Amino acid sequence: MKIGVVTFPGSLDDHDAHRAVRVAGGEPVSLWHGDDSLRGVDAVVLPGGFSYGDYLRAGAIARFAPVMSALIPAAKGGLPVLGICNGFQILCESHLLPGAMIQNDHRTFICRDQRLRVENATTAWTSDFAADDEITIVLKNQDGQYVADQHTLDELEGEGRVAFRYVVQGPDWSMSSDDAPVVEQYDRFAGRNPNGSYRDIAGVTNERGNVVGLMPHPEHAIEEGYGPSLDGLKFFTSVLKSVVNS
Amino acid sequence: MGIVVVDVMLKSEILDPQGQAVAGALPRLGFNQFTDVRQGKRFELTVEGEVTDQVLAAAREAAETMLSNPVIEDVVSVRAVLDEMGSRTAGLNKTAHA
Repeated sequence: MKIGVVTFPGSLDDHDAHRAVRVAGGEPVSLWHGDDSLRGVDAVVLPGGFSYGDYLRAGAIARFAPVMSALIPAAKGGLPVLGICNGFQILCESHLLPGAMIQNDHRTFICRDQRLRVENATTAWTSDFAADDEITIVLKNQDGQYVADQHTLDELEGEGRVAFRYVVQGPDWSMSSDDAPVVEQYDRFAGRNPNGSYRDIAGVTNERGNVVGLMPHPEHAIEEGYGPSLDGLKFFTSVLKSVVNS
Repeated sequence: MGIVVVDVMLKSEILDPQGQAVAGALPRLGFNQFTDVRQGKRFELTVEGEVTDQVLAAAREAAETMLSNPVIEDVVSVRAVLDEMGSRTAGLNKTAHA
């Protein structure tokens, strides 16, 4: 099972994506932004990073790379595609996914372990989850605020196309238990999502469920000893099954 | 050489974190009269020779497809910069129209 990972100038997480594919049991294949071939892969990961330095808008220049002219029609034809972070931004700029990503509302870079709720467990990349599963993976970005107009947001919700939502922690989530002294740890994002995303949306899918994009990074949570969990592995085992079944 | 200027702004319903940062800093310098700031982008596209209607049409297409993202931004204007003689052939230096 061949899973392509595209490297753009400025991609950072392509090697971790390769590793995640391999750990899940797939064969990672390097795809180059300047090639117009997908080399016969069964699915594609657009990895995180800062392609073209995020110049113009995050993902805006990568969206016109030669490899995208092969990827866009393939994705419309049903090829499973996962966009992580910068890859999600590229999918939005390509209009393969609705909405857009702008700067975090607090204007600072963020890097933290983030809880998410899986809202759609029927996509090519989420079928190994159950709906409403809560997972913890890494979130790290500058331009992570998901925005779209009200009509698009309503449509996404109505069609079950919000794939992941940030779990908003209450202000008391880090308090200790009744019999211990109450110590409130500082969490700057208590009571809100970590980047201002509309309706707490962390990831979305297309109508068909083969294209999924999210800001947090599943590829950093696949191995014991690295990252906050092993929750990320299911993204990659899901797609391997969906490829076998298709 | 002619120059086409393209102005792009975030749509009004989209939050502008950069503009808010500027708006927050202005009062510290005594500028208290500005109730809001929104920050946009200006592109200067240079061509050999005159800015013809074809050049303007190409600039409009570039503005819609790449320079802006219609999901979050509006192309506010696409225009040729005129030199002192009112010609679109320009040949002006950068400061003449700044």
